[in-house]
Amino acid sequence: MSALVAAATPTATWYLVLAAVLFGIGTVGVLVRRNPLVMFMCIELMLNAVNLSFVALAKRLGDIGGQTTVFFVMVVAAAEVVVGLGIIVSIMRKRPGANVDDISALKG
Amino acid sequence: MELVVFVLAAAMILVGGLGVVLRSHPVHAALSLILTLFGVAVMFVAQEAHFLAAVQVIVYAGAIVVLFLFVIMLLGVDRTEDIKTEPFKVQRPLAIIVGLGVIGLVTAAVVASRDVVATRGSGIAEPAMTDPDSNIRQLSRSVFGDYVVAFEVTSVLLVVAVVGTVLLTRKVKSTSKESQ
Repeated sequence: MSALVAAATPTATWYLVLAAVLFGIGTVGVLVRRNPLVMFMCIELMLNAVNLSFVALAKRLGDIGGQTTVFFVMVVAAAEVVVGLGIIVSIMRKRPGANVDDISALKG
Repeated sequence: MELVVFVLAAAMILVGGLGVVLRSHPVHAALSLILTLFGVAVMFVAQEAHFLAAVQVIVYAGAIVVLFLFVIMLLGVDRTEDIKTEPFKVQRPLAIIVGLGVIGLVTAAVVASRDVVATRGSGIAEPAMTDPDSNIRQLSRSVFGDYVVAFEVTSVLLVVAVVGTVLLTRKVKSTSKESQ
């Protein structure tokens, strides 16, 4: 039993597979949902999946650069959320209750 | 012990991720997103990325999700939307096929390459009781040493994002008065 538990210690591969599953869930969310806010949340899911795989690979390769990259990805994600929500707010103010099909022409 | 942490955090991440996609209420989706982000923070701690785990909780689960909830309340879209009906019949099965394909391909690549790379860098410092902030020191050496130019460019990016958002969401009263 103890040998089984020792064999079942999570390796980097486990984390990478989990990140792949999370990325797939985010992909399906972006493709399926119509609400722009929820689509944005699904993009955050995909960003987090990539961050998780960066950190797992940083541990496996013994390279701190992976964690540095995650740091920059977080900063860019914060800026991206601010700009994206600004765009969504300005669109929704003009036409309340719009979903992404209504604004697919990219013009007012 | 490590296995228990992994299983619990993975359950948090997957339940939260499915909740974001499947819950029809945007506020519930945002709360599911918090669950996922906390699970990822636990994973960061398990992978010796302690500073990033703190940043994950503060920036993502704190600032970003609060911003999401704020916008949901501001726009008044905090009502259940109808996700049962689908205007394009083929879209949902196609999306699920694409998602499963992404998962399958990436998993195959990960599993196939699991023995290829051994070690590249000089190692991640494992924080011990005698030196608890070694991860922060190592990360800051990297950010302010090797990647200092990228760090400075990031500050430009943040300024651009702030100015752009102010321009985007500004009320256009003054310009409409000028045009009259």
